[in-house]
Amino acid sequence: MEPRTTSALLYLNGVTVSFDGFRALDNLSLAIEPGEMRAIIGPNGAGKTTKMDVVTGKTRPDGGEVYFDGTFDLTSLDETEIAELGVGRKFQKPTVFDSHSVENNLRLALKGDRRARKALSWRESEDERQRIDRLLETTQLGAVRDTIAGGLAHGQKQWLEIGMLLAQDPKLLLVDEPVAGMTDAETRQTVELLKEINRDRTLVVVEHDMAFVRELDVKVTVLHEGSVIAEGSIDQVSANERVIEVYLGR
Amino acid sequence: MTGSPLIRALDRVSIPFLGLLAAIAIVVPVLNLAMSPLSAWYVPTYLVSLFGKYFCYALLALAIDLIWGYCGILSLGHGAFFALGGYAMGMYLMRQIGTRGVYADPILPDFMVFLNWPALPVYWYGFQHFAYAALMVVLVPGLLAFVFGWFAFRSRVTGVYLSIITQALTFALMLGFFRNNFGFGGNNGLTDFKDILGFNVQSDATRAALFAASVVALGIGFYLCRVIVRSKFGKVLIAIRDAEARTRFLGYRVESYKLLVFTVSACMAGIAGALYVPQVGIINPSEFAPANSIEAVIWVAVGGRGTLVGAVIGAILVNYAKTTFTSGALAPYWLFMLGGLFVAVTLLLPRGIVGGAQDPGIAQPRPAE
Repeated sequence: MEPRTTSALLYLNGVTVSFDGFRALDNLSLAIEPGEMRAIIGPNGAGKTTKMDVVTGKTRPDGGEVYFDGTFDLTSLDETEIAELGVGRKFQKPTVFDSHSVENNLRLALKGDRRARKALSWRESEDERQRIDRLLETTQLGAVRDTIAGGLAHGQKQWLEIGMLLAQDPKLLLVDEPVAGMTDAETRQTVELLKEINRDRTLVVVEHDMAFVRELDVKVTVLHEGSVIAEGSIDQVSANERVIEVYLGR
Repeated sequence: MTGSPLIRALDRVSIPFLGLLAAIAIVVPVLNLAMSPLSAWYVPTYLVSLFGKYFCYALLALAIDLIWGYCGILSLGHGAFFALGGYAMGMYLMRQIGTRGVYADPILPDFMVFLNWPALPVYWYGFQHFAYAALMVVLVPGLLAFVFGWFAFRSRVTGVYLSIITQALTFALMLGFFRNNFGFGGNNGLTDFKDILGFNVQSDATRAALFAASVVALGIGFYLCRVIVRSKFGKVLIAIRDAEARTRFLGYRVESYKLLVFTVSACMAGIAGALYVPQVGIINPSEFAPANSIEAVIWVAVGGRGTLVGAVIGAILVNYAKTTFTSGALAPYWLFMLGGLFVAVTLLLPRGIVGGAQDPGIAQPRPAE
């Protein structure tokens, strides 16, 4: 293993991704420190989701470096290996397993031996049962534990997905638009939930909703056309000329 | 989710179904062998063989349901594994003929003598032993499925593309087996069987025994499938079926799960083929025809995919209908009826006969603890 090159938990340097000549990411550099919660904002097509794809191994960058925990080169690993390292991802569109119950969704996400052979003879331990109960409590889904996930309300699906993310016990959580389509009350609860999670985990939250980002009250990175144009507190970035230009299209 | 997976599979769905199969395996042979042909209770031998054949089809349907209904792998070439199992059994049966063949060659099957082959090809060695042939029945389809799946699943070939290459696989095998120089009897295939394990394949007792063996094999296959789908492995399969990318991001090696279940399914199909051949008395390359594999998928769709019991019911019902309609005035229209049935089921009963009535493979109610 190579010596640690950075203190950052997630380190991107000069990452470039092109799709048929379109530069989705253009020399993107970003460092997320351990324990941090970072909000990433940007207009449509700024490269927010592509950035997530690169970190989780779905998309291979054309150039640049992506390091996790200072030592693991994520550009050389696939989705499964990256997930095993402790990178969890919540998708923009809630993707839970619709035909499994809430409880089984969490059970499948629970950290443990993922090998096919082991899954055949697997039996649930007391510890695993308790972890599932705790997750149901954190995500306030205890009352619907036996409900088929496909039948959940939109907000509950989002929380279930966050619960599944937590079940994986990841070091880094990538959360893509967690409050899209949520009511104001649900949005407030989600802010609480994310802050709670941030107590012992690092998060990267991608979001459109500026009010939500303001409530999160964390360092903000603004992406535009695949690169970082501003970084700082929400007040700092909203005062930035370039950001105003991009958002208001002046 | 507590308790041993082997015991967990015995639930309120499995026990009555396995009980029913056990009763059929015992009662039908008894009614055939012990009753006088004049009795109202007598089951004629032709029916025993006919239903023995249906139970083999049911095992093939079960194999398809396991991968299609639970893991979303639509194989349109499962008939290939069925036929390979059938050929392995056919080779054993050919070697049993010995000097009773038309050319009375003690070693070479008739078609090889006819083609002036000087000696038995190496790949026919060992097939005079039942145990070896039985091993090949499982090993050959299993190995082919493993190699095929290894490449297909690692390259992430899914959906309709996978279905197309499974069709190509069975079609390629069909063309191969049609060739005389392939060494499997060309377009005539393997036939004129005399005995199996020393018993005359034509006798009532042997036919009844083969029937019972087919039902027992179906029962074991069903139980094995239940063990698989009720385990955590089965839950991962459903997760792959519903959201493959998500499952991968959770850290599951999707290709290993697919490869394992695909291989198990191919072995089951091989066993089904091996039990089928002595009951119908012939195996030829038409068993590899792509249409056969598609028909088997229709049985599963009709019965209800992702239900296991539905696959069995679908296979038996559709085949019974086929036997009934293809022997009467409606015979020329059977394929239209089959196609119409598939369209009707897809539109009106998308979860099949059983799927409409029961909660299919989807989350089971929590077992009482």
